[in-house]
Amino acid sequence: MSTPESTAHDETGIGLRHLLSTEGLRRAQAEALLDTAAGMEQALTGRAVRKLPTLRGRTVVTLFYENSTRTRVSFEVAGKWMSADTINVSASASSVSKGESLRDTAATLGAAGADCLVVRHPASGAPHRIAAWLDRVGHSHLGREGHVAVINAGDGTHEHPSQALLDAATLRTRLGQVDGAHVAVVGDVLHSRVARSNAHLLATLGARVTLVAPPTLLPVGVADWPVTVAHDLDAVLDQGPDAVMMLRVQAERMHGGFFPSAREYAVRFGLSQPRADRLPDHAVVLHPGPAVRGMEIASSVADSSRAAITEQVTAGVHVRMAILYHLLAGEDVA
Amino acid sequence: MPSRRRGASGSGDASAEGERELLSAADLARTVARVAHEIIERTAPDGGTDPVVLLGLPTRGTYLARRLADRISEITGARVPVGTLDPTLYRDDLRLRPTRALAETELPPGGIDEAIVVLVDDVLFSGRTVRAALDALRDHGRPRAVQLAVLVDRGHRELPIRADYVGKNVPTNRTEDVAVRLVEVDGEDGVSLR
Repeated sequence: MSTPESTAHDETGIGLRHLLSTEGLRRAQAEALLDTAAGMEQALTGRAVRKLPTLRGRTVVTLFYENSTRTRVSFEVAGKWMSADTINVSASASSVSKGESLRDTAATLGAAGADCLVVRHPASGAPHRIAAWLDRVGHSHLGREGHVAVINAGDGTHEHPSQALLDAATLRTRLGQVDGAHVAVVGDVLHSRVARSNAHLLATLGARVTLVAPPTLLPVGVADWPVTVAHDLDAVLDQGPDAVMMLRVQAERMHGGFFPSAREYAVRFGLSQPRADRLPDHAVVLHPGPAVRGMEIASSVADSSRAAITEQVTAGVHVRMAILYHLLAGEDVA
Repeated sequence: MPSRRRGASGSGDASAEGERELLSAADLARTVARVAHEIIERTAPDGGTDPVVLLGLPTRGTYLARRLADRISEITGARVPVGTLDPTLYRDDLRLRPTRALAETELPPGGIDEAIVVLVDDVLFSGRTVRAALDALRDHGRPRAVQLAVLVDRGHRELPIRADYVGKNVPTNRTEDVAVRLVEVDGEDGVSLR
């Protein structure tokens, strides 16, 4: 059993126990995840049965304290395509609504047999806390073998690493490579975990990232990010970026006047058709969704061949398969 | 326990400690040619009624499959479709080791339904890779028959699997390594035991 024939693959794994942020993810780890995602796509194309036995007997629980369609479905599909048992827990329909603490809920799910928790939470850092708790109480205390891997599926305004990875995967497919690409990230950076995760990941992968936002929608500490900051979208578009990532204006997180009016925001920071027409021919338009058409992106741009919005969703499944594979398929990482 | 590794020594000089050459570059070429003839004899790709598809198991099986296809087309004039099939996601030993990188999977455009599929690998050892490949095949379609061609059969099977075409049978000790080197991957051709 310890003598398989094929050892042409790497023997070390990628050394990932949880996926909590792209900040701190090493380039080799990020590239391994993207390579594996491409391999997943290859493994599934053109076949009758879209099912791999890789995670048979593993249980993946999605624990969502915030609404989501694409992220949750994407993780669920990814798990199912690899034969994991996937269970969805939404906060409103669980004991959370009876007042159970995050910690107790996580411990309960771990003790009930979850091998992986995919967590979305409105509080920044919640998945980190869960991972730390589960690591500390240890396996024996949970009455199980093996550790519980935690995946951050979006925590407050902090990070959304799987989204950044799927964006990078989409860019790799469209542009050939991420290294050396110039990516403009436009819009509500302050409230966007997608922007933060992308800023770190794309920089790690060798891209040049420019954040474009009104000063009121930039977070404190952005000066420490590996990015350039600009306030004039047209000036950045004149630099001929290889990709433009439009962020959703997160009205639900805004409790105050961040810009005078929706109309003014759309005029200054929206990707209108005339603006899209000025991009280089090869340039890609990304949007993490859900898009607010007419606000940050014109409908005609979102539907154009330049936009990779549906490709992002497809890439999302493959990327999440890759994440689950590296966290769950191999032996436990010490 | 690695069963093959990139060779450190050049073919022929067998200079490394305890290393024994099993096949030189010329031997390897002759062996591939002979296996190509055997495949032709058994499957008749140039006149038979069933299409023949060669599927290599990465990494070196993929290149061996391409070489076999080239030989077959030289001999018969018939072009045999070649593909590559990575069985990693179907392995039964995933939990025993850190996660591996995935290799390429690319089936010929015509698919494998109703074809005679010849799986090609460099070394046949426990049989577990082939078992995984058989499972993977099942999800890609339904071949009329599946055969197995290997460059080296080193014994120590852990499953009821045997090869239809064997380049060379080599009795080995479990702790030994059969190192297959191919120009495409390793810069030279040869097989050695250490």
